Amino acid sequence: MESASATLEIRDEADAVDAICAANAKDVSCAIVGGGSKSRLGRHAPQAQALSTRALSGVTLYEPNELVLSACAGAPLSEIETLLESHGQQLAFEPMDYGPLLGAEAGGATIGGVIAVNASGPRRIKAGAARDHLLGFRCVTGRGEQVKSGGRVMKNVTGYDLSKLVCGSYGTLALLTELTFKVLPKPETECTLLAIGADEAESLALLRRATATPCEPSSLAMLPAGAALALNGNAAAIRLEGPAISVTARRDDLVTRLASCGLRFETLDERDSMALWRGLRDAAPVAARAGQVWRISVAPTEGLAVTERIRRAGAPVRAHFYDWAGGLIWLCVDTAPDAHAAAVRGAVDASGGHATLIRACEETRAAVDVFHPQPAALAALTRRVKESFDPAHILERGRMRAEF
Amino acid sequence: MTLLMPAPEPAIMSRRNELIARLAAILAPESLIVDEVARRAYECDAFTMYRALPLVVALPESVEQVRAIMALAAEMNVKVVPRGAGTSLSGGSMPLEDGILLGMSKFNRILEIDYANRCARVQPGVQNLAISKAVEAQGFYYAPDPSSQIACSIGGNVAENAGGVHCLKYGLTTNNILGLEIVLMGGDLIKLGGKHLDSEGYDLIGLMTGSEGLLGVVTEVTVRLLQKPSAARGLLLGFASVAAGARCVGAIIARGVIPAGLEMMDRATIHAVERFQPCGYPLDAEALVIVELDGTQAEVDHLVGVVQDIAREEEATTIRASTSEAERLQFWAGRKNAFPAVSCIAPDYLCMDGTIPRARLPEALAGMDQLAKEQGLSVANVFHAGDGNLHPLILYDASKEGDVERAEKLGFDILRLCVSLGGVLTGEHGVGVEKRDLMGEMFTDVDLAQQMRLKCAFDPAGRLNPGKVFPTLHRCAELGMMHVVGGKMPFPDLPRF
Repeated sequence: MESASATLEIRDEADAVDAICAANAKDVSCAIVGGGSKSRLGRHAPQAQALSTRALSGVTLYEPNELVLSACAGAPLSEIETLLESHGQQLAFEPMDYGPLLGAEAGGATIGGVIAVNASGPRRIKAGAARDHLLGFRCVTGRGEQVKSGGRVMKNVTGYDLSKLVCGSYGTLALLTELTFKVLPKPETECTLLAIGADEAESLALLRRATATPCEPSSLAMLPAGAALALNGNAAAIRLEGPAISVTARRDDLVTRLASCGLRFETLDERDSMALWRGLRDAAPVAARAGQVWRISVAPTEGLAVTERIRRAGAPVRAHFYDWAGGLIWLCVDTAPDAHAAAVRGAVDASGGHATLIRACEETRAAVDVFHPQPAALAALTRRVKESFDPAHILERGRMRAEF
Repeated sequence: MTLLMPAPEPAIMSRRNELIARLAAILAPESLIVDEVARRAYECDAFTMYRALPLVVALPESVEQVRAIMALAAEMNVKVVPRGAGTSLSGGSMPLEDGILLGMSKFNRILEIDYANRCARVQPGVQNLAISKAVEAQGFYYAPDPSSQIACSIGGNVAENAGGVHCLKYGLTTNNILGLEIVLMGGDLIKLGGKHLDSEGYDLIGLMTGSEGLLGVVTEVTVRLLQKPSAARGLLLGFASVAAGARCVGAIIARGVIPAGLEMMDRATIHAVERFQPCGYPLDAEALVIVELDGTQAEVDHLVGVVQDIAREEEATTIRASTSEAERLQFWAGRKNAFPAVSCIAPDYLCMDGTIPRARLPEALAGMDQLAKEQGLSVANVFHAGDGNLHPLILYDASKEGDVERAEKLGFDILRLCVSLGGVLTGEHGVGVEKRDLMGEMFTDVDLAQQMRLKCAFDPAGRLNPGKVFPTLHRCAELGMMHVVGGKMPFPDLPRF
């Protein structure tokens, strides 16, 4: 949220109840602000006041042997990751840091913000997104009511799975107060196999071939020449993680299986591999370029067709790369008042999927649908879901959809 | 019968003939079951303790027919209960006497297998196992594998968020579907997701999964397909106490190993299984742990060594590692036979489904023994030890007076125990009618009111599968206006049905 007129510090759930009830009484729209790393994400919709979750801090439960961790929503992600690291564990969904892409500091995210946008990274295709790791939460809804859902155990179907619903809700349903995660062991080591020199179509086909082997790649990206690394040519990048003995065996097996393609192979060792995927996680190849940035999720086989359709429709693409075996396209286009939305969305709709405008100025993010438009019946259902939590549209009014 | 269901509404019962005539205009004659004897076949699902005769059974064959039925039901204000294969263990598809039972069994086709995108589009009536069978020749499978997988349907798996022995590593239904097509009460068709990852707005696929047929009727599912691991090996570990077995399970995970399967059973189950069909389980063990490790051959062999070391450190009394596929399957044979085996040592059993934090396992088992003694019954235990999901099997004899009530009471007591240990009422079987009246053990009135408001967002008239999951019925208008202050609703004593 940008330029809120007042900021209230939320110290506990009682504060949140008071603030949201008061806001309901006077029809005051509220932004929910953690570390501010994503304040330029979503529709530009200034709120009358901001509720800061920074004081909701601290890890409240961590049992490494049970693979479970609970933290208050304002706890810095970096603090949680450091704690997990010291026990050889991690958040396997590899949350993206939006800071660098959106012109904020790196490392500023809170865990609440990570959940609010359902952040994930290159390992998404194997390990899942934030939504797959949130076991339960506590919150204060837009009605000002304290609600909990889920629990701290891995398997739970008691009541509706509201954890899924709050992941990616951009604060429009509730102010999250405490979150409980499934955490997982960090792989012992990793390496990345690069296949260099094919065209985009061949490189993407190669990634799909890699997923049809038993080599268990955990991330698959296609990097056009110049997008990342100092390589002269396109690169298909395949990450392998696990015990050292297994990683080496799988790398060798993969090279054998893919050898017929006649490409040049290189292997990045653990350090270079980690650096590469950290950069791709944060969309570094497009973040570094000036222009507007789209994030597009489609079926892996459709990635290339969508990019080509966008170009044919006249959108000047400055930089792009594919993650998720071709299913995630990061695209940087020349700046335009409409962010070339018609070209991008038309190209995506022909394949099925969705496009989100991630980086653009305030005016554009107020004028263009930042989130993919929905068919009428789904839009109506979405609004009813919103209003079941927040009937007066108090929380993050207009952040996701202009109508609420 | 101690279960209270919403009373049949005379306004619906009196219009049965009109409803049948209108349904006959939508469905082929053989797809509409009116006759009482034929309707009896649908009077319960796999939770057989309670039964009800549905008003009429409709077996649509097309999405258009489902939409027409849902539109008709909304127009005539008639209730609808969706049903897949009828394998729910919690009564999720138990019929209502004043409701249409909407059987989705004719939606039995695999519509598309898209290997390149690692997914398949299937109709909801397709059996869980049929998906893996259809793709196994190409080296793929569908990961969630509930014990009932030869019978249960994928639509029902979505409704209950079904799990299975492999979900510790590969996730539940909710982690393995990409797209859903649903029909709402009133007939609106909604498409969610597709072949791409993550949703374009609120994650309604996640909300639908595990919603027990209360929000919408699933008419198509897009599932993820996974590459079969190239190697898998099993380990059979025996322990002198349940606590030692539980410690070993914790130690395996603490060492950073996530097995594909991590199961445990107690002495009563080991003996029942060996009597049913001997498979070489150690009869002197108080607890048996089965571990499955999968991946590439090099990785699996390495991890088998790691787990053997841990088992020795934890003083396992039996340590066997499979050296052939036949031996691995033999390790599993007893576990897969556990339920039928237990039904041979007692006339009836009630299968419970609580989940607890794994470290509390010894306490949970000791507590369960105590509770069972109080009721004069006994309990056999099998559990998905890796994720703390317990399946206590309460042994009883329905022909003995008072045994059914004692078994039910013990079941409730066990679930309360799970909640008190930091766990939950149900790990993978669903709330349905079975655990409905225990929801207050886990949730406040405020929590439940919010969940019921979500139901209102999908089904404002409360006509889809009412009487399940929530211990009280409220009109949506009432919930919309209700403001709960300090955890107290304005009408704490609203009538229960």
